Amino acid sequence: MTEPPRTAGTLSLEGLTRRFGNNAGVNALTLEVGRGELLALIGASGSGKTTTLRMIAGYERPDAGRILIDGADITSLPPRKRDFGMVFQHYALFPHMSVGNNVAFGLEARGVAKAERLERANRALANVGLEAAADRAVQSLSGGEQQRVALARALVIEPRVLLLDEPLSNLDPTLRRSTREELRLTLRRLGVTAVFVTHDQEDAFAIADRVAVLQRGTLLQVGTPEELYDLPASRAVAEFIGTGALVPARRQGAEVSIAIGGVTRSVRAEGAATGEVLAVLRPDSLAFVPSDSADAWPGVVTERRFTGSLVAYHVRLAGDLDVEVHSTRRDVKESERVAVRVVREPVAVIAP
Amino acid sequence: MSDRARGYSLGTRLLAWPILALLLWTVVYPNIAVIAGSFSGGLDNWRAFGVNPADREATWSTFVVSFWSVVTSVLIGVPLAFLLTRFEFRGRRLLSAVATLPAALPPLVGVVAFLFLYGESGVVTRVAQRALGLEHAPWTLTGIWAIVFIHAYTMYVYVFLFVQAGLERFDTSLEEAAAGLGASKWTALRRVTLPLLTPSIVGSMLLVFMSALGSFSAPYIFGGGMRVLSTQILASKLNGAMGLAYVETTVLALTAVAALLGLRWFERRRTYAMSTKGRATRTVVRSRAARAIGAVLAVVIVTVLVLPHAMVILVSFARDAAWTTQVLPPEYTLDNFRQLGRDAQLWVPIKNSVLMSLIATGANVVVCFVAAYLIVLRKFRGKRLLELLISIPWAIPATAIALGLASTFDRNDPATLRVLLVGTFWILPLAYFVRGIPLVASAAEGSLKQMDPSLEDAARGLGASWWMTMRRVILPAARPGLVAGAMLAAIAAVGEFVASVVLYTHANRPISMEILAQFRNLAFGTAAAYSVLLIVLVLLITGVARLSERRPAVS
Repeated sequence: MTEPPRTAGTLSLEGLTRRFGNNAGVNALTLEVGRGELLALIGASGSGKTTTLRMIAGYERPDAGRILIDGADITSLPPRKRDFGMVFQHYALFPHMSVGNNVAFGLEARGVAKAERLERANRALANVGLEAAADRAVQSLSGGEQQRVALARALVIEPRVLLLDEPLSNLDPTLRRSTREELRLTLRRLGVTAVFVTHDQEDAFAIADRVAVLQRGTLLQVGTPEELYDLPASRAVAEFIGTGALVPARRQGAEVSIAIGGVTRSVRAEGAATGEVLAVLRPDSLAFVPSDSADAWPGVVTERRFTGSLVAYHVRLAGDLDVEVHSTRRDVKESERVAVRVVREPVAVIAP
Repeated sequence: MSDRARGYSLGTRLLAWPILALLLWTVVYPNIAVIAGSFSGGLDNWRAFGVNPADREATWSTFVVSFWSVVTSVLIGVPLAFLLTRFEFRGRRLLSAVATLPAALPPLVGVVAFLFLYGESGVVTRVAQRALGLEHAPWTLTGIWAIVFIHAYTMYVYVFLFVQAGLERFDTSLEEAAAGLGASKWTALRRVTLPLLTPSIVGSMLLVFMSALGSFSAPYIFGGGMRVLSTQILASKLNGAMGLAYVETTVLALTAVAALLGLRWFERRRTYAMSTKGRATRTVVRSRAARAIGAVLAVVIVTVLVLPHAMVILVSFARDAAWTTQVLPPEYTLDNFRQLGRDAQLWVPIKNSVLMSLIATGANVVVCFVAAYLIVLRKFRGKRLLELLISIPWAIPATAIALGLASTFDRNDPATLRVLLVGTFWILPLAYFVRGIPLVASAAEGSLKQMDPSLEDAARGLGASWWMTMRRVILPAARPGLVAGAMLAAIAAVGEFVASVVLYTHANRPISMEILAQFRNLAFGTAAAYSVLLIVLVLLITGVARLSERRPAVS
């Protein structure tokens, strides 16, 4: 299947609000998820991402706002009538049922005849690479297999929207990487509309078409992973997504001048902020250059960390400004004097 | 392989063997004596049991009573557990607070209170009689249904507690998953919630079955000529038909042990790994009608639950022999309590009960702490035996335990390991000790299992001696369980009736026997005053336990 399935829908959230006591759980969230799109909700714990997901699923009632599927208001529909599939953080597999019965449960609830139900459950299990597991006990599965059963159970009902709550958080790092790949491939192949919650930026970037960043119940920015990384709209997003130094600078027209220790360099700027701004210097937009290069900032390497494909260097520039430089060069030592220069333009600027 | 080669240390064996020997002697030996006694005349006793109409009736009634006790307890306990864990309504807190109250009523006191309330001349009966304008009481509190009635009142608590615990552990995301997959509330209940609660429900059903099987107080007081096995044992013993008593005891005990084995089997199945992201939210009852019904229901249930306690307190202020045909006792006085100040003799049963339960509980704490330590943290030959030994007294009805002790410790005969205790003070503390073993041991085990086993190694690695490790690490870890278990054992011992009625002498008569004697003399006020004192003792024990729980404990 390359086309989105007939069942995949367009999900719209309009001013969705949920209050817990004084602090807003979710604050007037408006968001659109297109047919067959994979959207990640990302944020620190307490940012309201899980509450948002539970409202979409119908487990929590919003205090205000609407939830629409293909334009139809489903805000007050109970979970069982929404035709959504959900993968829970701890999978919530029924421990007293076999793998096959777990997957077939949603079909049973829809009154699908037994033979068809088993056949479809088996097909769903095959979709996640577990064709032989139907008769096994849920407890006998590994964490990764349980995650895939949970996915098959959510997909077999041909959901209009698939919801995933931290689907990878219970897996160990190695398994997590391979499961992430599988999850991405499966979701892309089936073309479902999916919203998944995660606190892990790598997961979000690896799987999602677009990422929505939440902080304390408020939507900060939504965009493709590249947009969020290259063009954060605010300081909060710049700090939450990726690493990098936020350096005071001055925006003039299309250029931004960054002055460090008396050396000023002007580069192309991108972003809405003007005047006094912060320039977002990502580790991959900086590089070591010969110390006599023009516009290079002198500094000292304070820390060196080998990551495999790159070496991450912490460099202290004039005015005790710390920046991180990712370089393929391995020969730079700690305490070595270096010169650093912006090599990739444009540089994002944000309001301070 | 030798024990050393298996890594079983000498110290562990030196600790384990005396405990095993003590339990074999006090728990197993008396039961074997009973079984052996049942075959003392070949199969004659068993044949007599088989043809005796009284015994057939008793066996049949025992099972009928137990069956209906289970059914009624489930019908009350399961809905109440759902109501209190899943819904929020006016009166919920009050109802939660009193839901386990029946378990706090000493068995004999409960029976006496039921007579005051629902007996032929009881308050509720007379109110009903007057309201309906009947000449006679609308019902009599005798026979199978009377027994089932009081069993339902006291034993639903087991079902309630088991199911409530099951619901609190329940991972509510399973129900959310079912709803998300399109299941209706009813389908989710039938296919997900109830199947997962089945182990809790069946476990509590077996527990009720075991308790009802051995129940003695209710059939003894208001059986109305109806026989059950437990009362039949005492009757045979009093008639001098010891052989028959042994057979009856064997039948009763083996049935109970079978139920215990069933329970163990179910407990092992109760291991669905529930990952706990259970957001236990109570549904707030919104509709006006449902709220009104809920509030009325809560008031009615609370009243029914509190009435027996209230009645005992009320009657304790009634003048003896003044209450005849009135709905409520007509005259009130403090005399029933004042007498205690005047007559030192009246204190004897209270002193006896307190002293004997202190001795028994003290012994329980020492023996059960060591047993729990051995079971949870040590490896040794005989561990499974030890586990079995400490659970046996739980299953075997008190009447059977008492008869075993009576037939074992009735003479001095060192060759057969017998010591004369029957007729002395010590036979009752021994009986209480045996009955307290499973309560204290399982609670102490529970606490020790929560301790990280590497703590012991860590302490030893830091240079602590065995003794210091015990005192500073193991004992504090076991303490919450020891305190809770000791509390339960002391409460059971201070109001013990069933074993006492078989084994007591006039000199060591406990409170329960005094209540029975006063009740039989129709001195209702005095009987109730003793009952109130017993309830006060139970509250005191609970208070002391709470206080010692509050001290900081290692968790």
